[in-house]
Amino acid sequence: MTRGGWRQRLEILLFVTPALALLGVFVVWPIASAVRMSFYRWKGFGPMEDFVGLRNYDRVLGDDVFRDAVAHNVVIVVASIVVQLPLGLAIAMLLNRKIRLRGLLRTIVFVPYVMAEVIAGVIWFQLLQPRYGVVDGIISAVGLTPPEQGFLGTPELALPTLFVVLTWKYLGLAVLLFLAGLQGVPDELYEAAQLDGAGWWQTQVRVALPLLGPTIRTWLFLSMIGSLQQFDMVWVLTGGGPANATTTMATYLINQGTQRHNYGIAGAASVVLFLVSFVMALAYQLLILRRDTVTQE
Amino acid sequence: MNGTAMKENEMSTRRMRPFGAGGPLTYFIALVVVALTVGPVLYGAMGGFRSNEQLARDPAGLPEPWLLTNYEGVFGNPDFWRYALNSTAIAVITTVVAVACGVMAAYPLARYHFKLREPLFMVFVLGLLFPAAVAIIPLFILVTRDLQIGNTWWGVALPQAAFWLPITVVILRPFLMAIPRELEEAALMDGASRVGIFWWLMLPLSMPGLVTVAVLAFVGSWNAYLLPLLLLQEDMRTLPLGVADYSTEHSADTAGVLAFTTIAMIPALVLFLAMQQRIVGGLRGAVKG
Repeated sequence: MTRGGWRQRLEILLFVTPALALLGVFVVWPIASAVRMSFYRWKGFGPMEDFVGLRNYDRVLGDDVFRDAVAHNVVIVVASIVVQLPLGLAIAMLLNRKIRLRGLLRTIVFVPYVMAEVIAGVIWFQLLQPRYGVVDGIISAVGLTPPEQGFLGTPELALPTLFVVLTWKYLGLAVLLFLAGLQGVPDELYEAAQLDGAGWWQTQVRVALPLLGPTIRTWLFLSMIGSLQQFDMVWVLTGGGPANATTTMATYLINQGTQRHNYGIAGAASVVLFLVSFVMALAYQLLILRRDTVTQE
Repeated sequence: MNGTAMKENEMSTRRMRPFGAGGPLTYFIALVVVALTVGPVLYGAMGGFRSNEQLARDPAGLPEPWLLTNYEGVFGNPDFWRYALNSTAIAVITTVVAVACGVMAAYPLARYHFKLREPLFMVFVLGLLFPAAVAIIPLFILVTRDLQIGNTWWGVALPQAAFWLPITVVILRPFLMAIPRELEEAALMDGASRVGIFWWLMLPLSMPGLVTVAVLAFVGSWNAYLLPLLLLQEDMRTLPLGVADYSTEHSADTAGVLAFTTIAMIPALVLFLAMQQRIVGGLRGAVKG
């Protein structure tokens, strides 16, 4: 670049500064504060002076409620992959067939994903009301007995129920991504496989699935990060209850921070949440995403 | 459904239809998927046309007769309009700030050659990894105490825009990179400045990408819950907060809650569905580039 020099530097600065300023003030600074906060006992008033070292971490990691919260997050991460991935793939392959009203079908499948999590939560809360709700009504109608305390009020059932609602909400994203990926598979490949005598399902599994690799990996990443941060749906459906059966790391830290004013504890929980997300993202990057870049080059 | 039955069905239908076309089984599964997907949404919309007494008698029934009172109640509720105004204003500010700052940052990252280009881009990529929940408590303190913009539109919109920036930059950069160099050179030859090129060339040509990130930011803000929950109270609340609070405060009025909920979800739904093709196209462009 011969035009370079100070003028170019000034231009770059002019274009990049607003974004960097915004990131610095509202992303980097708060995260740095969370880290700092995690080393102090602080109730939110007065100067932050009572340095306690790692004691907040000790308390958070020793707290059964937090450990359960981590476990719940991990259950949601794993269950999402085990359930939503095959289901999403199957539906995407189905909708990729030449059937009537295909466009409409695709739009419909995507509707729950576009709704606010809170709104979906409020509707499901009504559906799941003990006794008066539609779900209990259907269960009674087929001759079974719905749980006494309702699906969301029974500790053993609350987390699985939450997961079903989350699957309803987020399956559309998986389907949309996989459909986009499937459309990138050239027709000639299907035709060649068909000439070799492969059936429809065989062509899907042997031809389309391997080519979907990058798309599936993108979805895995989004799903994982989303599951680790889960807050809205839990807050609306159960508030973390009953008896902390559905707490997540995010509901734990919000509870500690805004309702109990244990800012140090909330800070430590934030840092743990960040570290878990970061380690998983890093592991993902090293183990999975790398293959994409290597094969592309 | 077991696998072999499916396969046999496949075998028998294959000869009659072109390859890849769906048989009755395909339509059946599609129907089940649609019913499960739409069922809860329809229940909400229909429930809004029923009375609480109807809902209690037969939770899954159709309106009999159809009542407009619940929806009229929502439209006649000044709180609803206030929440809608707040949601709109916050979403518009978030979108404008995120897209403006995002495209400005993406421009040099795509079209300039300088030493720090890739490291700078990595800053935005890393930004994708920071979940908003991690920063939420300090963000609450920063916005309410240090900046004193706690219960305001800007207090929510600015942090939201900041958290949307990374994805905006990551999506937009390939769009800007894909614009042919010849156009830029021709403009330079005609005496245009780099800022002029940005304004007259880059912005119009990257419009599909801009629309994509704008719709994503708008819908994201419209649906947001956590940050508004911490920062907004009373008259400043947005629709998701309004819906959640309304449903706890009027828990006995199920029909009213369902009407409120249904109306609150319509704007984001309409916007997204109207833009669906462009968003999918836009995302594909970003992935390809």
